[in-house]
Amino acid sequence: MNAGSTERIPNPLQHQPQFAVPGALEAEVGELITHYPPDKKRSASLMVLHAIQEHFGWISQEAVEWTAQKLGLQPINIYELVTFYPMFRQRPMGKYQIKVCRTLSCALGGSYKLHKHFCEKLGLDPHKHGPQTTKDGKFTVEFVECLASCGTAPVMMVNDEFYEGVSHAKADEVLGNCK
Amino acid sequence: MPQEYRLILKHADQPGYTPGLDCYLRHGGYETLKQALTRAPKTLPDGKTLSGPEQLRDEVKLSGLRGRGGAGFSCGLKWSFVDRKSGKPIYLICNADESEPGTFKDRQIIYKDPHQLLEGMIIACYANDVHLAYIYIRGEFVEGAKILNRALNEARAKNLLGKHILGSGYGLEIHVHRGAGAYICGEETGLIESLEGKRAYPRIKPPYFPAVLGLYQCPTIVNNVETLCAIKHIAAMGGAEYAKLGTPNNTGTRIVSISGHVKRPGYYEVEVGKVTLGELIHDTAFGGGLRDGHSLKAVIPGGSSAKVFKAGEKFKLRRKGPEGREVEQEIDMLDLPYDFDTLIRAGSMSGSGAIIVLDDSTDIVEALANISEFYAHESCGQCTPCREGSLWMSKALHRLTHGEGREQDAEYLAKIADNIPGGRTICAFGEACAWPVQSFVAKFKDEFVAKGKADEERRAKENRAAKPVREIELTLNAKC
Ligand SMILES: Cc1cc2nc3c(=O)[nH]c(=O)nc-3n(C[C@H](O)[C@H](O)[C@H](O)COP(=O)(O)O)c2cc1C
Ligand code: SF4
Ligand code: FES
Repeated sequence: MNAGSTERIPNPLQHQPQFAVPGALEAEVGELITHYPPDKKRSASLMVLHAIQEHFGWISQEAVEWTAQKLGLQPINIYELVTFYPMFRQRPMGKYQIKVCRTLSCALGGSYKLHKHFCEKLGLDPHKHGPQTTKDGKFTVEFVECLASCGTAPVMMVNDEFYEGVSHAKADEVLGNCK
Repeated sequence: MPQEYRLILKHADQPGYTPGLDCYLRHGGYETLKQALTRAPKTLPDGKTLSGPEQLRDEVKLSGLRGRGGAGFSCGLKWSFVDRKSGKPIYLICNADESEPGTFKDRQIIYKDPHQLLEGMIIACYANDVHLAYIYIRGEFVEGAKILNRALNEARAKNLLGKHILGSGYGLEIHVHRGAGAYICGEETGLIESLEGKRAYPRIKPPYFPAVLGLYQCPTIVNNVETLCAIKHIAAMGGAEYAKLGTPNNTGTRIVSISGHVKRPGYYEVEVGKVTLGELIHDTAFGGGLRDGHSLKAVIPGGSSAKVFKAGEKFKLRRKGPEGREVEQEIDMLDLPYDFDTLIRAGSMSGSGAIIVLDDSTDIVEALANISEFYAHESCGQCTPCREGSLWMSKALHRLTHGEGREQDAEYLAKIADNIPGGRTICAFGEACAWPVQSFVAKFKDEFVAKGKADEERRAKENRAAKPVREIELTLNAKC
């Protein structure tokens, strides 16, 4: 290592120049903070990040800084959450996010074939790890771990909604309904 | 004929039953809470008086209830460890993370009967002098969190929560806190860290036993959703009556989740120990047997962390014989009563009550590779044996399932797995990731060895060395 090096540590977070928190979201965040003892604002960070992601679809550098400031923390305290918890998105995702369960009971029920089916239909690589988004930004497909619905395998979520016992026909129908 | 015994799920699936407060009240809801809040102090023969909350805690002790989250620890005992003299507030957290693969019982309660959980929680909080409690729910239960928030608002509006619950002078507030997709948040101290707004890094015990140094370094009770519902029924029927359900030391009912290769996967509430593993898999009241034309290969009896049982496996266990005397008997895996103690004695556990059935169509190496990938993904990374070990095991299994195996991989896997658990890690995830590998490799060793050997022979014919792991790492298998 060169002691004089000025190279910056790469920051995977992306910028969102137009980041602005509307009044309703600010009020929601204010209310969430009241759920915790007054000197324990930090506890609200996961809930605040959820609220931000619900609104913007992802968490940007500016969102991390805003959240930290709101809760009286350093940006690193929020940044380390965004990189630890898989549900938080560090960049914009597709309009429809398809999460197929990968874990054992679903795998036995055909979830790998289901994942492959989606990838092939949407022109994505079924062998790739992690979320993949179609070029038009409409769909994101990814494998996730057990969604606690193993009795109705294979299961998936499209955005916030659960789908159980997903046959390929049902998968096509769901895709067709994504306008 | 063994049957379901629906105590907690009594109403959940009845036609027309809704998660709303009106429906819950029509079915006698919150009557138990009313009685609990107005319990008069009781004077004992020795002149000591027991307050209402103390009586409730005694009932829970008497009930023999064991936690339904995974460890099966006595609930009464856990509550008795709570430091009540510290002068600090006592917190209660409902563990609704439901993250152990194979488990889907808590979601039934949350989605279909949320007020039952709230009533159980309020009673548990009253019994333990708790004034602020949280429900930690996994992030993917988006709708579940909304249902709980709606139920909480309904309860607040009816004075079932707030500063003076039903005019009793007892005050309690409950909030929903959402996780964000990390399995380790189910571990109670990881959960507490997460609730404090940090990464879910489990804490080292001692000193961080939640009952003494939990949330915000205050005494804290963490209980599973189903455990807290059982509290409601114990308060209603009394501990002694509850203890009549189930079997000695394994009292009450529990909800078993059955998935995998059975005809009727689903959740079934049974008296603990009154039904065998085989009945749960084969009986028409439960799993309904294997798919036609298939035979049993293996059973994972308590969530993916539990050690696997092989079809035909026999255990020598001490049991009560016909004359009531204890005798040693040889018992087939399928004849094991499904309870906490028996499964531990058989070398595994009933864990979160999740049974995953594997039939003869299953490639056992693929199945373990699937499980190990889960643990490699979910290790929080604090402890070297767990972080590295779970990844090494997953990589070796990945090799084996991609035609790049070696004959000695079985031994290699066992060696790694043997060096993770047993006090080398901060939390029980170390055990959870090692147990499946240890048991699969030991019980199906020939399949692991054969696969590795076949790969080596094929490569010898192709006259090439095994590909380095990094070249095969990024592919997903579609074979299962
Ligand atoms: C890796 C790991 C994951 C766990 N996941 C859960 C879970 O998802 N839900 C749960 O209730 N308990 C889970 N537990 C058990 C909790 O740590 C804790 O024992 C339990 O919530 C206590 O509640 P109970 O006594 O009512 O069972 C997990 C434990 C470990 C080690
Ligand atoms: S055992 Fe694994 S999951 Fe548990 S604290 Fe250590 S690294 Fe984290
Ligand atoms: S394994 Fe897919 S929901 Fe549990």
